[in-house]
Amino acid sequence: MPGLVIDRDILIDAPVEVVWRTVTEPEQMSQWFADRVDLVVEPGARGYMSFGDQGGPVVVETVDPPTRFSFRWNHPRDEDPVVGNSMLVEFTLTPEGDERTRLRVVESGHELCGWPEAEKQRYADEHNEGWLDYLNRLAALLAGHRSG
Amino acid sequence: MTPQADDELWSAIADPSRRQVLDLIVSNGAVSASWLAGRVPFSRQAVSKHLVVLERTRLISRRKQGREVLYQVEADRLDQATRAMAELAAQWDQRLTAIKRLAEVAYAEEKKRCHP
Repeated sequence: MPGLVIDRDILIDAPVEVVWRTVTEPEQMSQWFADRVDLVVEPGARGYMSFGDQGGPVVVETVDPPTRFSFRWNHPRDEDPVVGNSMLVEFTLTPEGDERTRLRVVESGHELCGWPEAEKQRYADEHNEGWLDYLNRLAALLAGHRSG
Repeated sequence: MTPQADDELWSAIADPSRRQVLDLIVSNGAVSASWLAGRVPFSRQAVSKHLVVLERTRLISRRKQGREVLYQVEADRLDQATRAMAELAAQWDQRLTAIKRLAEVAYAEEKKRCHP
């Protein structure tokens, strides 16, 4: 049974190479993500991200410049991040013309990480409009039911 | 780190059939398992299983009315789940917006350097 899926995207007025550097270079990452990022952007590399006085280990999964970058995090500190104990964050960069890039991020819950790629894609597609919309719709239904 | 996701809860609402059951309970108030079974394209047994999972995550609760057991949504729990999900989505939106700003500024500076 799959867990949580968050799927967001944004259109950026910059070429894909520029966006790639912003997403993957540790000194850039520390400006949009963690306070401090100790990370080598290579598949399998282990790093650490600090958020104020908190922080946690990160393991790089996919590095496919300039379109795909993913890492696992939120696994228990004394365990290796494997399928079932970590969250997978996947960035996908898609050029739209020469000077624009669509940046998509999918953070998927524990169980989903172990799925075959095709299954995962199907699931993500199905739930693309799902999660938040679904919950909001339920909340609206509930409000209507209460007042009616 | 990101707010820890409540795995059991997300798993519970990830299943389309279970969503259907939850939908019916939310739209109709307190309903029985057999009432639900009459309105979904799967077995009464499957309905019972979904009800067990939803009850375990505290999204619904049961009460007895005469000889019937009725299921109802736990509104606070549903609100809580919606807020948690919205918070996670908002967090990523903030990060994406920050990336956009950084990348666009970097690109503008790059262009200035190349074409002064």
